[in-house]
Amino acid sequence: MSAALTLLRRDLGLLLPGGRGGGVLPLLFFIAVAMLFPFAVGPDAQLLARTGGGVIWVAALLAAILPLEKLVASDLEGGVFDQLHLRGVSEELAMAIRLIAHWLAFAPLLLLATLPAAALLGLSAETVRTVLLGLLAGTPGLAAVGLAVAALTASLRGGAALAGLMMIPLAVPILIFGAGALSRPDSSGLLLTAAISLGLCALAPFAAGAAIRAARED
Amino acid sequence: MQAQLAAKDIACRRGDRLLFSGLSLQCAAGDAVHIAGANGVGKSSLIRILAGLLRPYLGEVSHDGAMGLVDERLAMDENHTLRDALAFWERLDGCGDPGRALEVLQLDPLMDVPVRFLSTGQRKRAAMARLLNAAQPIWLLDEPLNGLDDQARKSVEALVALHCGGGGIAVVASHQPMALPRARMIALADYAK
Repeated sequence: MSAALTLLRRDLGLLLPGGRGGGVLPLLFFIAVAMLFPFAVGPDAQLLARTGGGVIWVAALLAAILPLEKLVASDLEGGVFDQLHLRGVSEELAMAIRLIAHWLAFAPLLLLATLPAAALLGLSAETVRTVLLGLLAGTPGLAAVGLAVAALTASLRGGAALAGLMMIPLAVPILIFGAGALSRPDSSGLLLTAAISLGLCALAPFAAGAAIRAARED
Repeated sequence: MQAQLAAKDIACRRGDRLLFSGLSLQCAAGDAVHIAGANGVGKSSLIRILAGLLRPYLGEVSHDGAMGLVDERLAMDENHTLRDALAFWERLDGCGDPGRALEVLQLDPLMDVPVRFLSTGQRKRAAMARLLNAAQPIWLLDEPLNGLDDQARKSVEALVALHCGGGGIAVVASHQPMALPRARMIALADYAK
């Protein structure tokens, strides 16, 4: 248990803003995308209010791709997982902890940044609430898909670009139900998003752990 | 519990090349083994097989006791200072006396240097310091003398001798000669096909 906490502390130190990966970049990217949209479609307040929730979801998905490059590859290359393996820390546990750290480093700030983004798009309070709840339910799933994809592509040359490409189709179900919740009067969309997230979070550490073990064999 | 490490009839294949086969190894407490051979005969692969990081193509490996590995990869975050990087592993390993390793390996002046600025030899010494701190009974060392100056080299040889004298096991893969008392020599080329 204390080993898990030690690992979580290290992972958070690496992934949070101020760590090795420039943790605020995805956020700035997220706000920039939300800012670009009104420029592109024009200042039609009604149109923006109607489509803005979807724009925020797309921006969040794209922002979730940015941290993938540094998520697994450098530790795999540096032999950190080998040393952990020798100390009885399984790849699955290391990946489960990294999933938590990845989500903590990226989702809470993203939810916070949704407020200025929503203001830029002129969303109603009701829509903002649905978007926030949807992102809260969906971001664990995005983090899980991102982790698995990052681990799978970590040992490949040009893995970062490939990771982005692989993440998009895998994240489509979350996007469909999460953004779909905006056009439904009940909360079924949110619940389905949460269900998908839960499933992905349960699977991702095993997929990512297997990917790390497979990378040792080549 | 007495530490022991045994490999039975192992073969190693990388790609479509069979590097070695029919290698057996039996180490009890206090044993030192020097695996010698030219570049590319499979020394590193053998160390990784013994560590359980690589599956042997044939054969089995078993061990009693925790294993510590020093290889060419330092597994420390390049942006951290050496102090922070070592502290992470000390917390994980529950080290009792981190000062001793720093003194023996003369790392004290380097503690505030970021890991990415360390030279090859300094990185090797940092890895040895982590190994000392961890107090694992089985040491697997892959080219531990690479990049070390004469003095550091003597320290490492003395540390390995001390470790084996205290009931530990050391398996050292090195293409360089190494002064290890009572070490068994395994020439890996003898097992090549």
